[in-house]
Amino acid sequence: MTELSLTLLRLGLLAMLWLFVFAVVGVLRRDLFGTRVSRRRGRAPLPIPSAGRIAGPGTSGAQGGQSGQSGHGGHSGHGGHSGRGIPTRLVVTDGRLAGTSIPLTPAGILIGRNPECALVLDDDFSSGRHARLFQQAGQWWVEDLGSTNGTFLGEGNLTTTEPVGIGSVLRIGRTVLELQG
Amino acid sequence: MITTVETIEARPRRGTELLLLFFALAIVLLAWVDTEIANRGAVPAGLATIGGGLLAVVLLMHLVVRWKAPYADPLLLPIATLLNGLGLVMIHRLDLAAGNFGFEGDAFRQLIWTGISVTVAAGVLWLLRDHRTLRRYTYTAMAAGVLLLVLPLMPVIGNEQYGSRIWIRLGPMSFQPGEIAKIALTIFFAGYLVQTRDVLSLAGRKVLGFTFPRGRDLGPIMVAWAVSIAVLVFEKDLGSSLLFFGLFVAMLYVATERMSWIAIGMTLFAASAWVAFNLFTHLQRRVTLWLDPFSAASLEQSDQLAKGLMGMAAGGLFGTGLGAGRPWLVAFAQSDFIIPSLGEELGMTGLFAVLVLYGLFVQRGLRTALGVRDGFGKLLALGLAFSVALQVFVVIGGVTRVIPLTGLTTPFMSLGGSALLANWSILALLLRISDQARRPVPDSDGLSEVTARRKAGTPYAAPAPDGPGQPSARKTGAAVPATDGGAGQ
Repeated sequence: MTELSLTLLRLGLLAMLWLFVFAVVGVLRRDLFGTRVSRRRGRAPLPIPSAGRIAGPGTSGAQGGQSGQSGHGGHSGHGGHSGRGIPTRLVVTDGRLAGTSIPLTPAGILIGRNPECALVLDDDFSSGRHARLFQQAGQWWVEDLGSTNGTFLGEGNLTTTEPVGIGSVLRIGRTVLELQG
Repeated sequence: MITTVETIEARPRRGTELLLLFFALAIVLLAWVDTEIANRGAVPAGLATIGGGLLAVVLLMHLVVRWKAPYADPLLLPIATLLNGLGLVMIHRLDLAAGNFGFEGDAFRQLIWTGISVTVAAGVLWLLRDHRTLRRYTYTAMAAGVLLLVLPLMPVIGNEQYGSRIWIRLGPMSFQPGEIAKIALTIFFAGYLVQTRDVLSLAGRKVLGFTFPRGRDLGPIMVAWAVSIAVLVFEKDLGSSLLFFGLFVAMLYVATERMSWIAIGMTLFAASAWVAFNLFTHLQRRVTLWLDPFSAASLEQSDQLAKGLMGMAAGGLFGTGLGAGRPWLVAFAQSDFIIPSLGEELGMTGLFAVLVLYGLFVQRGLRTALGVRDGFGKLLALGLAFSVALQVFVVIGGVTRVIPLTGLTTPFMSLGGSALLANWSILALLLRISDQARRPVPDSDGLSEVTARRKAGTPYAAPAPDGPGQPSARKTGAAVPATDGGAGQ
């Protein structure tokens, strides 16, 4: 074995060692799990992947505002109650969280300012545990949990548990929410 | 400022683990070939046999993980495999220098112990379905730990070697029970602290910005301190003493989030170190060696540290190459001084790679502690990871003159069966806990699930629902205000 090949072997071993270290670090970088907290200011575009189908990341800010307006004006058009079909996500169309989207889980969604809620509102006019969306017999229902300022489905203040579907618009304080398919 | 929180579920990544295992094995075999060529000028004859045997052992462990802990961390096992393999190569290299070949050599014994350790680790993973079972044995673990610690002091089986009484000898076998005691005591600390941390963290009064605990809550830390002092005085084992006390203080700090425990621990440690330094001549010798290993007074006592430093200096940036240096000149080059041996032959580049690997191993352990949802698992994973970190610090700090030299083993690398067995058991426990940490939460109750997941990021976890979860690829997104003002009406 020549001196040269021995040197190559020696340096090759060191290179392999570091390559292993970088491979491990590479896996470590991709292997993220747990909760991801992303910060944003005001209505900046949202990096939530599940919102991709509703609005592209570049346009979500503007579209959030637009659909918010159409949400306000559109109640008389299709009405809050008349939603049909099974919604799969809840989208905030107006308010400080505009653009946020969360999937509707089979176990239901709690909305309010309390950190334990699935959708935690940053809205001074909402209560800690404000309203609840839940599924029963294939139908989604909304229920006000005795909030101070009330929950509006379309134009009407919610007094009992009401069925909701795709296109139903909810208003809690300054926040407007829409159920989407 | 608004923050959006979403849950990302971990993927099993068993394939990645297998690839990295092959990679680690390839590096070990390359290192072996390098050693043999530099030393004897030929590729080793048993390359296929030994390589195949190692591959079988590695595959066995991988299959057990795949079967019994499919969500376990994919990086822990490959890192441990590589470190263990590099240790084996270095021990074999020193065997060659000493003229011990084949079955006579230390490397052969270490190889057998590696096989036993991996089998034990697989067994632990197989039999222990849920790490929370261990919590039931909190006080049994304490009794076992203390018993194992005092075993070397027993008259017949106890055995004093090299000035420390930490071995037991049964016939031809000798064993360091302190290594296993480390695991037992970590289990005890985790179980005990998860029970008492509220008392330890809430009661107390504030002095100078520190919240100090009440006098009666000082009991546990005083007991831990007394035990570590007893180990120091009766077994003359500074390293283990430091390890137990450091481990307890670290776990106490994590359990209570109180800086004052660290202050109290440091004060106790400094005071006892000062007293011990003045009482025991062997400690004074250690300090003299630490402060000036090249002075005439130091070289008279031991040239081990000085030779280790010279060896690392001879290695330089890229090392002399495996089999081309003279690491055997240092006493205990294959156990306590295996790091200087590696430093001489792999150079600073190789030694830093090894250090980074230890760092990554500990990081995966701490990440497991963050991810797991029950308090006991958190403290146990933290304790195990921290014990490895502290041990690496004490050993490498000792041979590089950061702190006085103490006799601890380098995890996974040093020659020694009991240490290897203990470290592989630690690895098995970490794999078990990480399987629990990365497994998706069962989708039984969406609301409490979101709550539990959110809390999983904080030190105080909600107890996770029992039973294994089924995988679900769903993502839960939720938005929370950045400030805490949003809670309540």
